[in-house]
Amino acid sequence: MNQTQLLERGRKLLPWVAGGVLLAIMTGPQGRVGQPAYSISQALHPGHLFESIAITVVVGVIAQLWAARPAQVRESITQLRSESSRFYARREVRYGVYAALLAFAIVLPHIVGAYWQEVLVDKIGIFALLAVGLNVVVGFAGLLDLGYIAFYAIGAYVAAYFTGALPVQPPFILNDFYILFFAVAAAMIAGLILGAPTLRLRGDYLAIVTLGFGEIITILAVNLDSVTNGSRGAPGITSFSFHVFGINYDWGLSQTPYYYLLLVFAVVIMVAFHLLENSRVGRAWTAIREDEVAAQACGIPPVKYKLMAFAIGASTSGFAGVLYAAKISFINPSSFTVLFSILVLVLVIFGGMGSLIGPIVGAAAIQWFFAYVQKHDGAPIPGIGVKIPIHPEDIYLYVGAVLIIMMIFRPQGIIPSRRRAREIGLAEHGIGGADATGAPVGSPVS
Amino acid sequence: MCFTSNFWSLTIDGLNNGFLYALIALGYTLVYGVLQLINFAHSEVFMSGAFGGLLLTQALIGSSNPTGLTAAGYVALGTLMGALVGAIVAFMLERVAYRPLRQRHAPRLAFLITAIGASYFLFSLAGHLFGRDVYPAPDLLSHKNLFSIGSRGIQAYDLLVAGSAIGMLILLDRIVAHTRLGQGIRAVAQDAETASLLGVNIDRVISQTFIIGGLLGGAAGFLFCLVNNVGYTMGFVPGLKAFTAAVLGGIGNIRGAVLGGIALGLVENWGVTCVRNSWRDVIAFAILVLILMFRPTGLLGERLGRSA
Repeated sequence: MNQTQLLERGRKLLPWVAGGVLLAIMTGPQGRVGQPAYSISQALHPGHLFESIAITVVVGVIAQLWAARPAQVRESITQLRSESSRFYARREVRYGVYAALLAFAIVLPHIVGAYWQEVLVDKIGIFALLAVGLNVVVGFAGLLDLGYIAFYAIGAYVAAYFTGALPVQPPFILNDFYILFFAVAAAMIAGLILGAPTLRLRGDYLAIVTLGFGEIITILAVNLDSVTNGSRGAPGITSFSFHVFGINYDWGLSQTPYYYLLLVFAVVIMVAFHLLENSRVGRAWTAIREDEVAAQACGIPPVKYKLMAFAIGASTSGFAGVLYAAKISFINPSSFTVLFSILVLVLVIFGGMGSLIGPIVGAAAIQWFFAYVQKHDGAPIPGIGVKIPIHPEDIYLYVGAVLIIMMIFRPQGIIPSRRRAREIGLAEHGIGGADATGAPVGSPVS
Repeated sequence: MCFTSNFWSLTIDGLNNGFLYALIALGYTLVYGVLQLINFAHSEVFMSGAFGGLLLTQALIGSSNPTGLTAAGYVALGTLMGALVGAIVAFMLERVAYRPLRQRHAPRLAFLITAIGASYFLFSLAGHLFGRDVYPAPDLLSHKNLFSIGSRGIQAYDLLVAGSAIGMLILLDRIVAHTRLGQGIRAVAQDAETASLLGVNIDRVISQTFIIGGLLGGAAGFLFCLVNNVGYTMGFVPGLKAFTAAVLGGIGNIRGAVLGGIALGLVENWGVTCVRNSWRDVIAFAILVLILMFRPTGLLGERLGRSA
């Protein structure tokens, strides 16, 4: 290798060095209001800076070697990939994988400790359900909903209302199982009211209107004191219970029963969405994503189908809201901030938008990681002795970074839907849109 | 009517907010003009400008108590610093987050997701670096009434905001209408492909557009933090309102963004006398939904790529 080649190689590593500096800043100590320079100066301490740059440069070198891999390696990888995807495409293999995952999910709460049982329900289970719903909006219909948690809040407050936990008393107290219907209806109606005026316009307006709506819902929850009890919240929401044929069962406040309840609901909803995806409706969504004008010309009303996806997503969120409220038994507006909407989005994007198990895997992986960070705040990982330099307060820093990195390097997610991955590839070659948000960036609006 | 009692006071406050919304809204509208993209992260450009100017002025003030010309100089320096930091953040944003997607012709959904990701990344980074508590407004401007309109005394801040905003808006209008840079921006907004065939360097024009938006947004950030206590999440609500202002005036329309910003500031401030103050954000949001329902092209209409 001659000198110019070496220089060229070195120049290509510069962005990775810059990335290392950024990593050093991101993993530095928490800032202090009185001393604005404190965090940066500590983060750029030579030892820490050198470590961070070393990490990113090693990653950069590996990436370069990978990009320059010999043709033979390249070929065998392509072959391996096509073989494995052919293997996975066989129905019995795919159902085998699903069955194994389900079996794993069933035994999981019995092999983990109390802390992780709680994480499994409150963080992973509920958010997996939310991610499955948002996947209909983002993955199936190709729209962006940034106020998704607002519908979750609506569901939770409907649950609080019908169990008599709010200052306004309901005409009748209901069992949580019946409340699910009301919550789904309420969230769906809210979705229709919000979506109907917005979806007629360019799809990206939906993103900002939902972002605003997410903020407004928290403001309403705080300020409508006489209805929602304001920021004091609504305590005493009754848990799920079951009284049929003399069998009485109450889910109470314990983790494992709720875990199984969530698992049953999640599986039912996933099967339903899978069937929906392969139905006439799902095909209409695909057609709209790939080419909205052509779809319209073929007699598919885009607004109607987009609205349908948005409303289905909203109602799933409302559904999850009831489960959350009943499980926690206490809700207040701070449980429903816009932050959570973006968290659910990152679960879907990381897992793979449009794929069946992608959102579940994304929810499990990311929420597990954050829960792990929270539990071991600053302590070394047992067995390895290395500290994770991530502070629990910085979680949304990494949420944002993951969104950007995924969009740049792997927009289809870690477990991509094959159709969605192909659409994104085609869109990058100028064929089709791969989303339902209107014309691609950089082309005139008209 | 409910807003007649304090009319002038409300109007002046509304104008102050409105000018700031207009400055931020221009960032949205310019970028929308050249990329047809809602740059969600623009609210964090505003936030970065505020922090840049605020930290500089805090360092300059130290333990002294500046008055008169010194204070005015600090305000000017802070505004410049805010604009500079805003421009750098906006430029980096385009370079790091959007350009790789643009080169790949990524779907629009990918841009929107990147934009919201960048927004979260930036405000969390600010929270991480500078702490998550509130920074008090620097004590630079005198609260003496210079003269009054109606019952409302006009203070230095009111003149500062109105003067600098009007100055920047006129300057921007001239730049877009008369300079080569402005021609480039208009050409890319009208038809990027044809513009590039005719020798316009699209990448450069897009970068410059982000920089202009960043200058205005960053300066607005510093002006905002002169009278408000700010924290790392300060960008979200003004950003949303500035976007509303841009849509209200007609997105892509520069004069529309100014009109929309001022109109929104006034309506919101008059509106809060009819309801409680905590409903302020709800008013802005209701306006956004109502425009989208009844006049999605805004007051002055969408006019991408025209000089005014």
